[in-house]
Amino acid sequence: MSAPRLDSLSVGDVVAEREFALTRDSLVRYAGASGDFNPIHYRDDVALSVGLPGVLAHGMLTMGFAVQPIVEWAGDPARIVDYQVKFTRPVVVDPETGAAVTVTAKVGALTDTTARVDLTVTFDGATVLGKAQAVVKLG
Amino acid sequence: MSVNPELQGRVFAPAPPYLVGREKVREFARAVFADSPINLDPDAARAAGHADVVAPPTFPVVIQEHTLAQLLGEPDAGIDFTRVVHGDQRFSYSRPIVAGDELTATLTVTSVKTLGPHAMVTASSEMLDASGAHVVTAISTLVVRGGE
Repeated sequence: MSAPRLDSLSVGDVVAEREFALTRDSLVRYAGASGDFNPIHYRDDVALSVGLPGVLAHGMLTMGFAVQPIVEWAGDPARIVDYQVKFTRPVVVDPETGAAVTVTAKVGALTDTTARVDLTVTFDGATVLGKAQAVVKLG
Repeated sequence: MSVNPELQGRVFAPAPPYLVGREKVREFARAVFADSPINLDPDAARAAGHADVVAPPTFPVVIQEHTLAQLLGEPDAGIDFTRVVHGDQRFSYSRPIVAGDELTATLTVTSVKTLGPHAMVTASSEMLDASGAHVVTAISTLVVRGGE
């Protein structure tokens, strides 16, 4: 797939937006795929017993899907050469209604060969990741 | 129990080599809503110039888990797993991971900081391929909440 052209980009451009509908099934699937079987990600009783408001999405699940709109825009997952986030707020996943997480990807900085794309990841009206940045190699 | 400040600078023995399987990459890709054919379809990946399906950007967490288990299991670490919260995470690539790679990860504790009763432990897992070339470094900061 052809990559976006660096010379067509400006800092501040929104390059992707997507909403992800998480369910408890998503958490079980991620637990199996990643090997992270911490019960706070699938058992309400355990989550409540350690003072959490309910079962939470794995932070690494949120990090994992939040970059996908950038991958789709870039055309190849191999173009992501650096990716970092801070985990600032949990995503509580309701057993019946799940959780809707929205991702907005915006160009934060440009070099001769890369674009830094900054992510705003929002759940329930608040951001859940801080300093979420992917460096995309282009051209 | 509190985190041992002497952990800073400690380098662990390399974890056993991890063979990246094609079906594991696809399973992980589906779990993180990765729908690029380059993650899922070997023909699409080859058409894009890769040897096999490419792992999603956060896939190295699967391998990092093995190295963090070494850290948490270190007898003198003083890290109570039930009090650990993931603070931040980074992946820095030299090249993408593709199915068929055999990766060996070595953990280094790069920093231990205490903030009152809490501690922040930053650990870096450097992953090399079978030829010894760097593929990716995964860096995690774990926040260990202080006890009563």
